This record gives sequence, C-alpha cells and structure tokens, in this order.
Amino acid sequence: MSMKASTRQVDGVTIVDLSGRITLGEGSVILRDTVKDLLSKGQKKILLNLGDVSYIDSSGIGELVSAFTSVRNQGGELKLLHLTKKVHDLLQITKLYTVFDVKDDEAGAITAFA
Amino acid sequence: MESTLDSVNKAEEIANQMAAQAGLDEDTRTGVSMAVREAMINAILHGNAYDPGKRVNLTFEQNGRDLIVTISDEGKGFQPEEVPDPLAPENLLKQSGRGIFLMRAFMDEVRFRKLSSGTEITLIKRLQRSDLDRQEAST
Repeated sequence: MSMKASTRQVDGVTIVDLSGRITLGEGSVILRDTVKDLLSKGQKKILLNLGDVSYIDSSGIGELVSAFTSVRNQGGELKLLHLTKKVHDLLQITKLYTVFDVKDDEAGAITAFA
Repeated sequence: MESTLDSVNKAEEIANQMAAQAGLDEDTRTGVSMAVREAMINAILHGNAYDPGKRVNLTFEQNGRDLIVTISDEGKGFQPEEVPDPLAPENLLKQSGRGIFLMRAFMDEVRFRKLSSGTEITLIKRLQRSDLDRQEAST
C-alpha cells in the first residue's frame, strides 16, 4: 500500500493525515515534500496524524526525524498523533519516543501548540 | 535479485511468508521481515548503490531451530563496527544509521562477512517450541 497525505487546518494548526507505509522511496518522499511545502507557506505548527500508518522502516524514521528538526529549526513545532502499536514500539526501541511530542487526542494535541 | 527498490519490497514479502511457514507469530514475523528489509536496503542502497549491473542474493533456510536468512551484495563492503550507535544522544536526531540496529533488535543473531566482492549479512531467528508446534500443525 503506497502512502497518502492530506492536510487540513484546525485553529492555526496544520494536521497532516498520513496513511499507508512510510518507507524508503515514495512514502518517505511524500512526507518530506509535504512538510517542505508547509514550511514554505509559513505553516509551522504541524501535527502528523499517523493513525493509519501501518508500517515505518529506517528510512521513514529518518524522515520523521528530519521533519522534526526542519520544523524546529524554523521556529515551529511538530507533534505526532495516534501512533499504532507497531510505530509506537519502533519509536520506543530507537529511543525517539521521548524526542517527539506524542499525543493520543487530536483536540488536546491542538491546544498543546504554543 | 536486481538492485532496485522493488527487490526490497519483494524480499520483505517473501520474508513474511517464510516466517509464517516457520510458525512465527505476527509480531515476530513483522520483526523478521523488517530485519530482512533493512538488510536489503543496506545491500542495494549502500552496497550496490542501485547499480543495475550488480545483483543481490537472498536465501532462506531452516536448520533445526534456526531460521537463517542470508543477503549478499556486490558492493565495496563496509565495516559494521564503524557505524555509529544510533541510540547515542549525539546521534538520536541523525536521519540515517538505524538499519543495522533494527536488524539486531529483531533477530537473535546478525553476522557480517566480507566477500571477495561485496558483503554477506546473515540474519538468524531461533524458533521457539510454540513456533515449531504451529509449523507442524500447518504441514
């Protein structure tokens, strides 16, 4: 299953709904391009909804880290929402779970943006 | 197999099927197929550098309680011990360098061997009694 990304705005926060696999190739490129596009438009409060992301490989993890640092370097914030068990476990073993701000509730995540 | 992204995806699918045949449960199958995916990425991206003239060899075998996967490339070779620890605080926010760590996280043993031309990675998963029971029940 290839990756799909769609964006919506809620109270000044851009929510990116991702579905499919974030893996080497198309999935990673779509994520990279989406975040790059948002930053170029000045949208720096980004919530990545990973609820429908079934799988992430090392390239996908790298892309999430890269998105996180790119947004932060431009003075913005990037948070993650609705991790599946597989993605949660992967972020735990790579010690990235505490690096990212991970949320379970969309409304709560939106109010958590500065 | 050809040095393409398609081969990475195909190898992952085959690994999932082989792991199922070996009797592994779903979580362990996901881990094994991810380890194989990462080893294939290593071989195709870092080893063969997508060179269409170079091939990747993938084999699966079950030897007693061990599910053994070998992946070899025709690249320049590398020193796995020189790959920085991706869990070290200074490396946590690096974009790459987690592939070998993930192989080791999901397999019981990971070995690297330098070939005359390329590198061979051997991934070993030890099957538990419950895996062997499932395997026997399905045959």
